[in-house]
Amino acid sequence: MADIALATTNEAEPRWRLIWRNAFPFLVVAAAWEVVAHAGVFPPRLFPSLEAIAAALLRLTLSGILPHHALDTVIRLGAGFVSAAVAGVALGIAMGRSRLAEDIALPLVSIGAPIPGLAYAPLFLLWFGLGNVSAVLLVAFVSAFPIVFNTWTGVKAVKEIWVRSAQAMGADDTRLFRHVILPGALPYILTGLRLGLAQAWRILVGVEMLAAVPWGLGWMIFGAREFLNMDVMLAGVAVIAIIGLALEKLVFQRLEEFTVVRWGMMT
Amino acid sequence: MSERARSFVRAAVTLACAAALYEALARSGWFAPALMPTLPQVGSALAAALADGTMLGHTLSTLYRVLFGLGLAIAAGLPLGVLIGRFRAVENFVLPLASALMPIPSLAWVPVFILWFGLGNTVAILIVFYAASFPLLLNTWTGVRAVNPLWLRAAGAMGADENALFWKVIIPGASPFIITGLRQAFLRAWIAVVGAEMLAASDWGLGWVIFDAKEFLNTPIMLAALAVIGAIGFVFERLVFGSLERATVLRWGMVRAAKT
Repeated sequence: MADIALATTNEAEPRWRLIWRNAFPFLVVAAAWEVVAHAGVFPPRLFPSLEAIAAALLRLTLSGILPHHALDTVIRLGAGFVSAAVAGVALGIAMGRSRLAEDIALPLVSIGAPIPGLAYAPLFLLWFGLGNVSAVLLVAFVSAFPIVFNTWTGVKAVKEIWVRSAQAMGADDTRLFRHVILPGALPYILTGLRLGLAQAWRILVGVEMLAAVPWGLGWMIFGAREFLNMDVMLAGVAVIAIIGLALEKLVFQRLEEFTVVRWGMMT
Repeated sequence: MSERARSFVRAAVTLACAAALYEALARSGWFAPALMPTLPQVGSALAAALADGTMLGHTLSTLYRVLFGLGLAIAAGLPLGVLIGRFRAVENFVLPLASALMPIPSLAWVPVFILWFGLGNTVAILIVFYAASFPLLLNTWTGVRAVNPLWLRAAGAMGADENALFWKVIIPGASPFIITGLRQAFLRAWIAVVGAEMLAASDWGLGWVIFDAKEFLNTPIMLAALAVIGAIGFVFERLVFGSLERATVLRWGMVRAAKT
């Protein structure tokens, strides 16, 4: 996945210029939005002005409703992703190390992977009922695929010569695993985790809309539609954007720097 | 070849075992048969839906939405990606906006789009467009910037004008990235269309049929539609993009550049 670095400074540029350059497009779009909203081309209920959206955002934040929704979404994301990470890395390592596990799991994983996660949603809802269990399980299930694939590739990509030289120097299985295979496969595993988290995030909002969970940003947006509360919906989208951006800047890019830079894999 | 045949046999054995296990579970009566239909039931539901043409209709309308949206995304994302790769001013304007919009999952827009455009095809197509644009845009941008400057200068020294430079150097040079972008775009679009169809229920579409069948506990149809969705995703990923790759990047000898 290509990540964007927000217009970076390659020539020494004063800080305020950089901020201005990144803010300018948003100001243009905001101004255009305001003009359209105030011109009355569309009914204001459907196309609220930015003040209305900001007021909704402020109102919901102060009353604690929006933080509650956001917190539930983040917890769900975390729970789903962590279970996917544990199960996916374990399965991936087993597949990479054991021929039997590979033969059993690979066909199943390859068949499951090309089906978009949301297509399973109604099935999960029938099997596990409406609510949190289904939502978390579905997120975990969907984000496990890239983790399994990348872990498996990573373990297989560990150089045979490293394994053999470690064995020649008398490493037992535990040491071999901890000191050779795991570090060797780690860049791939981290890539898999990054892709898995991105996948989980993309699917979670949709799952929340379908699974009728009591709280959650997806549900908030979907519920507000019934009452034509476009300002609440757009405020929810804004919060989703902020969480997504935070995930990208704080988690993905950190992970990438960690893997790409530390292992010197920048080729 | 024998290695390949062996792994094929093993895969077949695994799948047969998994199917047998599922069948045993379904018949054991531990789970309600309405929730876990047997494989023959799923098969006959699939056959019936294929025979009376409903599955074909659902498939066609889903494909129509996904390809229409993807086409729009290609029409918008590719030229814009080339522009931001070539011109600093466009890059400065578009990239901050793209990086703010990109982390929003496309499905978050579904309720908003439903209110703006009404239920139906428009919402699904626009959601597909939204989901598919960003991978295309970013990969094209990366690809155009990754074109070896030496090639540009060499072509310039040999007297290539802007037009020739663009078609003969930049586009082939960026093609591995563009094809990767197309692949990612299709995967995203495929997820988005299923979700959009479930939420913005029209009356045709594979996502809609799964969601609708849930209301009537019609699990065989749900699983049958799931199988069709998986098969189409597989066909596109392996056959369409695989042969696209063979016809372009591999033939031009650009694969090494594709491995970033």
